[in-house]
Amino acid sequence: MSLPDPAVLIPAMARQLQAHLQAQNIDNPRFVGIHTGGVWVANALLKELDSQEPLGILNVSFYRDDFSRSGLHPQVRPSELPFEIEDQHLVLIDDVLMSGRTIRAALNELFDYGRPASVTLLCLLDLNARELPIRPDIVGATLSLEQNQRVKLTGPEPLAIQLQTLDNL
Amino acid sequence: MTPPAPKCPLQLNDQGRLRHFLSLDGLPRSMLTEILDTADSFLEVGARAVKKVPLMRGMTVCNVFFENSTRTRTTFELAAKRLSADVITLNVSTSSTSKGETLTDTLRTLEAMAADMFVVRHADSGAAHFIAEHVSPHVAIINGGDGRHAHPTQGMLDMLTIRRHKGDFEQLKVAIVGDILHSRVARSNMIALKTLGCPDIRVIAPKTLLPVGLEQYGVNVYTDVNEGLKDVDVIIMLRLQRERMQGGLLPSEGEFYRLYGLSEQRLALAHPDAIILHPGPINRGVEIDSAVADCPRSMILNQVTYGIAIRMAVLSMTMSGQNEQRQLDAEKQESL
Repeated sequence: MSLPDPAVLIPAMARQLQAHLQAQNIDNPRFVGIHTGGVWVANALLKELDSQEPLGILNVSFYRDDFSRSGLHPQVRPSELPFEIEDQHLVLIDDVLMSGRTIRAALNELFDYGRPASVTLLCLLDLNARELPIRPDIVGATLSLEQNQRVKLTGPEPLAIQLQTLDNL
Repeated sequence: MTPPAPKCPLQLNDQGRLRHFLSLDGLPRSMLTEILDTADSFLEVGARAVKKVPLMRGMTVCNVFFENSTRTRTTFELAAKRLSADVITLNVSTSSTSKGETLTDTLRTLEAMAADMFVVRHADSGAAHFIAEHVSPHVAIINGGDGRHAHPTQGMLDMLTIRRHKGDFEQLKVAIVGDILHSRVARSNMIALKTLGCPDIRVIAPKTLLPVGLEQYGVNVYTDVNEGLKDVDVIIMLRLQRERMQGGLLPSEGEFYRLYGLSEQRLALAHPDAIILHPGPINRGVEIDSAVADCPRSMILNQVTYGIAIRMAVLSMTMSGQNEQRQLDAEKQESL
């Protein structure tokens, strides 16, 4: 399978995002990236948009729904949101959308900071494998993988997509 | 991950991750650093409008205090609540029954409550360890202070205070001053500082309040406080436990303050940016001058805030280690 190149996807996503925000009458959105890959994508996107906006970083480890099964990630880093969430229009950015559980956790965490006016979801890749009713507003590319395949974003410079095959499935 | 340390394998699961938190003795540096890093993240949670995360929703934490405590008990309660766990606190008197009976009987009662975790404080050294050995599998035990042995969450919150205000342990001179002999805090601090690579750990006390065998901690011992405080970056004052006075170990409180109390003049011997820690409650005018306790370099109130974050880190990490162990045990069972 040929994998898409983030360097090609990001400029297209930036244009789609501008059109989307314009259609929604949002002129001053706040950008939030999900640790780690989402932050890389967000930085690349802000660069493409030639924006100096501060980037919020969200680490959803404390909000995951699999704590009782998988436990706590050993390298939890703090979330950093250098702006108010209350009444703001947010652009939430992640690298790979799969089950939708990370986005569910991220939304819950965001709401503990305040009540945003809106949240626009942007993902570099959609794997078409959602387990929750969560839909991205802007997607770089959609991939359909085999059951034992996963994709991983490497970065931050340059961003690249890698295909991984799980042996023990 | 570093393999389980031989000294205290009981508190680690099969993957070498925390499942109980009984003592800092034998825990590798990477694990202490992981606790501090996780606590840093919880500090950020404590600064939010909603200071709560859903990590331990549906789990029950039971605080069992056989010994009085305000600060430790309330910060453990708050830590568990901020992790969304259900919390109950029991103050159990230890007066008449002997140790073995009390602990075993109490343990049975507590097990019947189906708690996922017990935070235990007890006047006898080794009590938390004893409970961890006998409790049902997958129930986590946290030591909230046992006799003269250990107070590991206090040790870690002191380390968090030092790391956040002084940075790299490898560059620091740290003095621990006061009743070392009876202090579980001193013991946990010495172990933590050593593990984290602090090159100059100084222990300052009158001879009567120094335990034997201090060499094993790799510390420098001083009986002259003016000499010991020279150029230190961190001063950890210990509470003088007034009940010790009766044993004839000290002439009087006034005498102790004159010889070892942290006055403004003595503080001037330390590095100009030195910070002051104290586990609380403080005895003003006994081990620390009132003005020194309230000065900007005093971290006494910051320590309380950091204590909540450290306890959140330890609660979630041990719960995580127990969950992991439960899965490993289930897999083992399946493969039989």
